[in-house]
Amino acid sequence: MAFSRTPSHVEIDQLQLDDARSLLNRDSELVLPNPDESAVAFLQGVIDGLCELSLKDPLTGLSNRRHFNSVLDRTIDMVARSGDPALLLMLDIDHFKRVNDAYGHQAGDLVLKAIAKTLCSCVRPMDTVSRYGGEEFAIVLPNCHAYYGGTIAERIRQTLQDLPITIGNNTNIHITVSIGGAYAPEWVRSTAVLWTERADIQLYRAKTEGRNQVMLDTQQEIFVSAEEKNMLFGHLALGDPAWIEGVANDATNATIAQRVN
Amino acid sequence: MTDAVNEQQTVAGAPTVPLKPLGKVVAVTSGKGGVGKTFVSANLAAALAKRGMRVLVLDADLGLANLDVVLNLYPKVTLHDVFTGKAKLEDAIIRAPGGFSVLLAGSGMVEYSRLTPEVRDDFLRIMSGLVPHYDIVLLDTGAGISDVVLFAVSLASEVIVVATPEPTSLTDAYATIKVLVGQQKRQVIRMVINQTARLGDGRAITVQLQQVLDRFVTTEPGRPIKLVHMGDIPADPAVRQAVMRRQLLTLSMPGSPAAMAVGQLAQKIQETVIPRI
Repeated sequence: MAFSRTPSHVEIDQLQLDDARSLLNRDSELVLPNPDESAVAFLQGVIDGLCELSLKDPLTGLSNRRHFNSVLDRTIDMVARSGDPALLLMLDIDHFKRVNDAYGHQAGDLVLKAIAKTLCSCVRPMDTVSRYGGEEFAIVLPNCHAYYGGTIAERIRQTLQDLPITIGNNTNIHITVSIGGAYAPEWVRSTAVLWTERADIQLYRAKTEGRNQVMLDTQQEIFVSAEEKNMLFGHLALGDPAWIEGVANDATNATIAQRVN
Repeated sequence: MTDAVNEQQTVAGAPTVPLKPLGKVVAVTSGKGGVGKTFVSANLAAALAKRGMRVLVLDADLGLANLDVVLNLYPKVTLHDVFTGKAKLEDAIIRAPGGFSVLLAGSGMVEYSRLTPEVRDDFLRIMSGLVPHYDIVLLDTGAGISDVVLFAVSLASEVIVVATPEPTSLTDAYATIKVLVGQQKRQVIRMVINQTARLGDGRAITVQLQQVLDRFVTTEPGRPIKLVHMGDIPADPAVRQAVMRRQLLTLSMPGSPAAMAVGQLAQKIQETVIPRI
């Protein structure tokens, strides 16, 4: 038949899947479908598993830098389109090197894991928590208004400060974090570079001004309040046709007054 | 110059204070789209050219502007080709029907609507090279407060905000003015009110905007914001006719009320905005 599409057959045996399978097997949560039952389901499982792995930080299970960047770009698009403000938080563990030096790198890894878990419990499911670098984390909070951002960041800081982290037999330690944040403000199409740069500047401020604290970028208010709107055209809304003439007369008088002066 | 601009990044990635706003560069912007910003830019350019000035209009909306549509020009070489190194700047500047020059962005420039430091540098370099060749450069910016718009405006020594008497347009114009005052520390913003119903409406609107600014926007002491009313353009059926025919109103119907108003606007700009040498 001229119009029918010939299905392409893939022989699973001919594919080199050993590396992919061993990668996926290390992730104990994942169970691949039996290739003998359905080759398609199996391959789809392998592809999904690899995609998942490519977006995750292996130690903490958080989003990795790659995933974070794509989330950031998507959020910028959303902010530019919808006008909903979004907040980016950058976190850095204070004196993390001391933990590694005093208790060893395995203890350091446990600290990172514990923080990752706690961070996820502090934010909404729609927020993206990622491991940005060694001891640095980043959180993208879409649809986060300016009056909540500070509270959320402070809650994260406080929760982590109060968190006992078990790093060995009978050894609990406490850590603190410095947090810097910046909004992608309404209407503005920012760039990922500029946005992270602004959050980073605030993180640097939080670090240099004593650590264990939150610093947020204070943005220029660009929204127009109800009060301003009322004064802008309240007269129009009331259907008062005299206002334009009234204001025009004021203007003329003002101009005359200026000339006189 | 480039470094200084980069250091002064703000919320939207535009320099807070233009280090050296390029003299003779006038940005035409608006809070809201569809208020006649491009109509004003193009016809103003023609009116200024008629007054004997060398005028360049630059599509600073990076490809989203309708300047090409308004002028009925579809050049083979655009700013995009200059950015990608495919063409020389001189080849991208074309002659518009009104006797002025125009530099169109080209649709490919949409890729550059994310303002990276490289795009900023390229744009600044191109602008700096162009300005000395003209008596006035008009930047037809995009609508809204994107960082591209703010960056383009930051390059200009003067800003004209175009608004219509409609509440939505006024709100958005007001928001734009707030940002220009807050981020770029602008003290003087020039207003053109388009599609006014009666004589005096435009001035009344400018005064109203000024009053709201005085009440709600705090500036540094001794640096008050001043809105300067540059003129009204009356609602005029001739405008629609010209737009539909894709002609410049100032050329096709020079005697129409709107064209006369644009002529007066050009005169006022020539007298007040252009630095005297």
